[in-house]
Amino acid sequence: MSGSVRVVLPAHLRALAAVDGDVHLDVVGTPTQQSVLDALEARFPVLVGTIRDRGTGLRRPFVRFFACGQDLSHDAPDTALPEQVGRGAEPFLVVGAMAGG
Amino acid sequence: MPGTRVLVGTRKGAFVLTSDERRVDWTVQGPLFPGWEVHHVKASPLNPDRIYAAQSSGWFGQLIQRSDDGGASFTPVGNDFTYDGVPGEHQWYDGTLRPWAFAKVWHLEPSLFDAETVYAGVEDAALFRSQDGGGSWAELSGLRRHDTGPQWQPGAGGLCLHTILQHPTDPDRLYVAISAAGAFRTSDRGVTWQPINKGLRSGEIPDQDSEVGHCVHRLDLHPARPDVLYMQKHWDVMRSLDAGDSWHEVSGNLPTDFGFPISVHAHEPETVYVVPITSDSHHFPPDGRLRVYRSRTGGQQWEALTNGLPQSDCYVNVLRDAMAVDQHESCGVYFGTSGGQVYASADSGDTWAPIVRDLPAVMSVEVQTLP
Repeated sequence: MSGSVRVVLPAHLRALAAVDGDVHLDVVGTPTQQSVLDALEARFPVLVGTIRDRGTGLRRPFVRFFACGQDLSHDAPDTALPEQVGRGAEPFLVVGAMAGG
Repeated sequence: MPGTRVLVGTRKGAFVLTSDERRVDWTVQGPLFPGWEVHHVKASPLNPDRIYAAQSSGWFGQLIQRSDDGGASFTPVGNDFTYDGVPGEHQWYDGTLRPWAFAKVWHLEPSLFDAETVYAGVEDAALFRSQDGGGSWAELSGLRRHDTGPQWQPGAGGLCLHTILQHPTDPDRLYVAISAAGAFRTSDRGVTWQPINKGLRSGEIPDQDSEVGHCVHRLDLHPARPDVLYMQKHWDVMRSLDAGDSWHEVSGNLPTDFGFPISVHAHEPETVYVVPITSDSHHFPPDGRLRVYRSRTGGQQWEALTNGLPQSDCYVNVLRDAMAVDQHESCGVYFGTSGGQVYASADSGDTWAPIVRDLPAVMSVEVQTLP
């Protein structure tokens, strides 16, 4: 199975990646956080290290992942994303957490 | 006509301030990288069009930006600061040991000898070097692996390597400073390192003669006298006449000897500038008066420079990388404040005027003297 996943990036990362709107990624197999982020970083190497720690691969503390009205931030990286994300009906959101007042 | 380019890093972006040799009228470019903390911006002394910026955020981590057109445009370059081997542990605030973990780049120092080489001082304290213009970074791990490494502990701002000084003619020799470990020297291009903290006295540690543990805030030297080093320590302004083998205090008649930056005049090796700050808890000038102090005698005798600086109700701070001098015949001195002002003097500090008043809090100020 493969499909086009729609990823919504926060403004700072859109600026770094030099994209204006949503990013559409072709992901092989059932999309997971890991496979989507792998595809995102492969397309935009400048984003390596900005969402996940380079060494550990763990989500940076002030980054959150949302989809279909759910906070998926604490899911295991290889957990399948909701089916609506896999078929492009709903976006996968990378969000800068509320922090800093 | 020769020009002047001031590179300013702030809490929320970078700015480039440009003028001619007269340094009266300025143009302001920025914010670059708006919303990001830009800890340091510095240009290559060999290629004035080559500028590096350390861009970071608590959300999205560290990036390094490079310009090859004098700051008109920037491109992200390498940001992989992976420690060499198993990082090991250092002291944490509570006395426990904590693994070395990269947090951010504090200082970028382009080489005096090779236009493609640039050093980076990072938190947790380590020194990295790139030999391809910032594309890739390798740690000079002999420093972090020094026998005293497990004793290093963070200052209030973190365990940061914030100062990198190059010997003007000997590429083998570097000096670095780490808060709160102290100053270190290498004579073999960073393979091995020696603590150079003899003579420092720090009331914040139990053994004042300790080899490490001193909170060195900033070092500087003049190229004509490279073995004479100046230091602003947490408290105390210090001088070494023997490349750091020993230090003696030159605070003299300063109203307080706490502070962050220290800079040496471009043409007078004995002329030194500091910005006294009330104390380590009162991070503002004494009496609400912003005064740069200048010594023309290598320390001890200091004079207050106040002409053009606010002399009432001023409670800003000046950070360690936020003062610089230019190379014009009439030496310019520049500093930036936590209140967002960047002040300039085109006459060695005799008179001052703000270039800008309302930037985000200033983290760093560097200056280029353009041909």
